Amino acid sequence: MPDFLKINRLVFRHCGPVDLVLDAHQCMGISGTSGSGKSLLLRAIADLDQHDGQVLLEGQSANDVDAPQWRQQVALLPAESQWWFDTIGEHFDDVDSALLEAFGFDEDVMSWSVSRMSSGEKQRLALLRLLNNHPRVLLLDEPTANLDQHNSGVFEGIIQNYLQQQSACAIWVSHDPEQLARVAQVRYTMQDGQLEREPR
Amino acid sequence: MIISLSAFDLTLAAVAVLLLAIVSWRMQLSVTAQLMIAAVRTTVQLLLIGLVLKALFAHVQITWVVMIAMVMLSVAGWEILSRQHRKLKGWWGFGVSTGSLFISSFAVTLLALLVIVQADPWYHPQYAIPLLGMLLGNTMTGIALGMDRLVVNAWQQRAVIEQRLMLGQSGVQAIAEIRRESMRAGMIPIINSMAAAGIVSLPGMMTGQILAGAPPVEAVKYQILIMFLITAGTGFGVITVLWLISHRLFDERHRLRFDQVLKQHQ
Repeated sequence: MPDFLKINRLVFRHCGPVDLVLDAHQCMGISGTSGSGKSLLLRAIADLDQHDGQVLLEGQSANDVDAPQWRQQVALLPAESQWWFDTIGEHFDDVDSALLEAFGFDEDVMSWSVSRMSSGEKQRLALLRLLNNHPRVLLLDEPTANLDQHNSGVFEGIIQNYLQQQSACAIWVSHDPEQLARVAQVRYTMQDGQLEREPR
Repeated sequence: MIISLSAFDLTLAAVAVLLLAIVSWRMQLSVTAQLMIAAVRTTVQLLLIGLVLKALFAHVQITWVVMIAMVMLSVAGWEILSRQHRKLKGWWGFGVSTGSLFISSFAVTLLALLVIVQADPWYHPQYAIPLLGMLLGNTMTGIALGMDRLVVNAWQQRAVIEQRLMLGQSGVQAIAEIRRESMRAGMIPIINSMAAAGIVSLPGMMTGQILAGAPPVEAVKYQILIMFLITAGTGFGVITVLWLISHRLFDERHRLRFDQVLKQHQ
């Protein structure tokens, strides 16, 4: 049985080599000062930047899959989402209405204009858009940085639910140690491009 | 049939420009120098091309026609580059713009000369040079506008493009809207001039033929031919350059790679 997510000697920009193994349903937390390479690590795993080394999902290497298909399975969510059409609905091919409900929206939201949404709503919708691809790995880059406490709580709940119900894992980058203590089972710090496991 | 213009006629027209220069100088409008330089340039350049064409018509030889065509092409390619707000790295920028210009305007000119006009010989400079000139001039504008729009918009919207890549779109999908907009930007001048032709403006070539004594309907037929050729030339030129650049912006793993494509902004 191959590891669920295996990262093998990953080297990118000035960072690495990084080795990691994650099981399904597991959430790994990463903290560290800005500029330490946390975002670059997530970008390398999603294959958005050039890198050396290997990322394997259930034994299958990223290089053996088309890049767009890889990014649907290994999905990166940045702190600030981008929207390029006028209405929310134009950004979705089809919507899982059960998922929509779980996020606290009804079908109406699809006809809303993007400029009317609050940052909390936008980030929840960005997550919905991402989960609509049914990703196996979630790469969360300070996903609640622009959210208030209530919205952060809702967001954490959705992720934890998804990880329980699906065969998926997450890497969660955050500045907030309390948040990582809540959501992550394993925690690392990143410093000068090197990952170090935190004592439990 | 043609009323020949004397040196006196041209001098009269030049006096009008000179008067304008004096008035704008007195009113301190600070276009005087530019105006004079441009007036001198146009006189010298046009006289030169007149002499070149005269010599060319006297010795109809394909090598000379090809040489003139190459000079026209490289000047047009250089003009495209000098109108870009964000420059592409290295020779690739010149290659891609001049290459697209070459493929579309030379293909359309050859079609016109070999199939439609059928002069004897087919490369007779009386037809080849003006046709190529009109095609190059218009295609150049279209390519310059489309290319500039594509590169500038892609740079400004790079966060959006990467967001779309993150959601599993291919490079082509991620840049589709920008590409559509750039195509429109490149085609608007020629679409406008087709729509306005005959009502708002009498196109220059047709006016020239009528002044030279050609029957108006003959002039109109030539003008329609030219308009269609220009439209096809511009359209295919813009499509080619957009295709080349938008593929160049992504690598084989559909990563946006501006650092390898764009020159650093000074």
